Amino acid sequence: MRPRETCLVVAFETTTQALTMEEAAREAGLEGRLIPIPRVITAGCGLAWRTPLVRAQETRDLLQRRQLAFQGCYELEI
Amino acid sequence: MIYLDSAATSFHKPPCVAEAVFKAMGQMGNSGRGGHPISLETGRVIYGARKKLAALFGVPDPSRVIFTANSTQSLNMAISGLFHPGDHVITTVLEHNSVLRPLFRLEDQGMALTILPCDQKGRLDPRQLEQALRPETKGVVCTHASNLTGNMVDIPQVGRFCRDHHLLLVVDASQTAGAFPIRMEEMGIHVLCFTGHKSLLGPQGTGGLCLAPGVELPSFCVGGSGIHSYSRTQPDQLPERLEAGTLNGHGIAGLSAALDWLAETGIEKIGLREQQLARRFYQQVKEVPDVKIYGDLEQHTRAPIVALNIGDNDSQEVCDHLAQRYGIAVRGGAHCAPLMHKALGTQEQGAVRFSFCWFNTEDEVDQAARAVAETAEEWT
Repeated sequence: MRPRETCLVVAFETTTQALTMEEAAREAGLEGRLIPIPRVITAGCGLAWRTPLVRAQETRDLLQRRQLAFQGCYELEI
Repeated sequence: MIYLDSAATSFHKPPCVAEAVFKAMGQMGNSGRGGHPISLETGRVIYGARKKLAALFGVPDPSRVIFTANSTQSLNMAISGLFHPGDHVITTVLEHNSVLRPLFRLEDQGMALTILPCDQKGRLDPRQLEQALRPETKGVVCTHASNLTGNMVDIPQVGRFCRDHHLLLVVDASQTAGAFPIRMEEMGIHVLCFTGHKSLLGPQGTGGLCLAPGVELPSFCVGGSGIHSYSRTQPDQLPERLEAGTLNGHGIAGLSAALDWLAETGIEKIGLREQQLARRFYQQVKEVPDVKIYGDLEQHTRAPIVALNIGDNDSQEVCDHLAQRYGIAVRGGAHCAPLMHKALGTQEQGAVRFSFCWFNTEDEVDQAARAVAETAEEWT
């Protein structure tokens, strides 16, 4: 079976939102990367930000501090 | 990175394309916006590209080749220009959103729409066209090949039906222009919509539509035309009627170079090689346990696409895994073809789409097939 880890996944409604998040995370030195949006969040297409669960609070703080637009935050085993 | 996402856009392009864009940015001005040598030379480059496209698609008059930004714009222009509330139009479940959304918008305004279904392998039964016909039917909008399964539609057969019943045929050639011979008159096509950045190997932001003789489209955008500046309305002449504003001259210069490369290499030869690569991949993955493949892979001529899923795994996660672990670029999820996904039962799971091009190697194909087999073994 494939290995899975629990992550914080931030879903976005647009590609621009996702890329804004990536830029903000890079500037903040925050670990993570963009992934195709998992189907448990939404079937279809789009991008999400994936970060280890230990970075969840920092990520939420960043979203808040920079007033970044996003669709939702999810703790997922992927 | 092994790039197997050419159905989205061609990543590998002949070097002459980028060279032509670079050269154009240093030499080209605005076509049709002055009589000085720089403007005139720009006009010649664009006219040259127009003539090459006319020759490629069998358009007798190059002024009926209209440049647009992409297939989506072309399809919007064609659909909104030809069809109106009160008309009835036939389309198929194979279509991309660039066909469906303009049609749905018109449907909301009072146009009637019939969507032909497909079988489990994504095949259309052309006999359904007869059953869908109504007195007020005005046209058929149809893809040349599904961007999800690669299944080809028998356009000459659809063309004959349209000719017999005096219907307009609009064809979305996004997946085929540049990889398959397309002759508008012989195939009975009234409006051919294409993009420049896929199999035509040009830059993104280039595309167009070709109008058969006698087919008229009203202006879409209105504005600068370089002619009839004192007229309150867009000039009626083609192509200016449908080309308001400055064209993407730099991109068209690149597309023109790509068209030269395609002519030298041979479109049929390119298409055959791409299909061989897709078949080679299919032959290897079809026996892998828990791999489900979509479409009619036994079809003799088909776009070089193989869409699959591995067990019940999320197609997006499979794509991410292939990219991260194997360096393979493929697309997952939904492919802007919602009705095709519904017909195949992949609305939730999406599908992992492998699409091949002339520049891919047999070794890349084999690596991708091995990656699928390994992933299937580990994930199911």
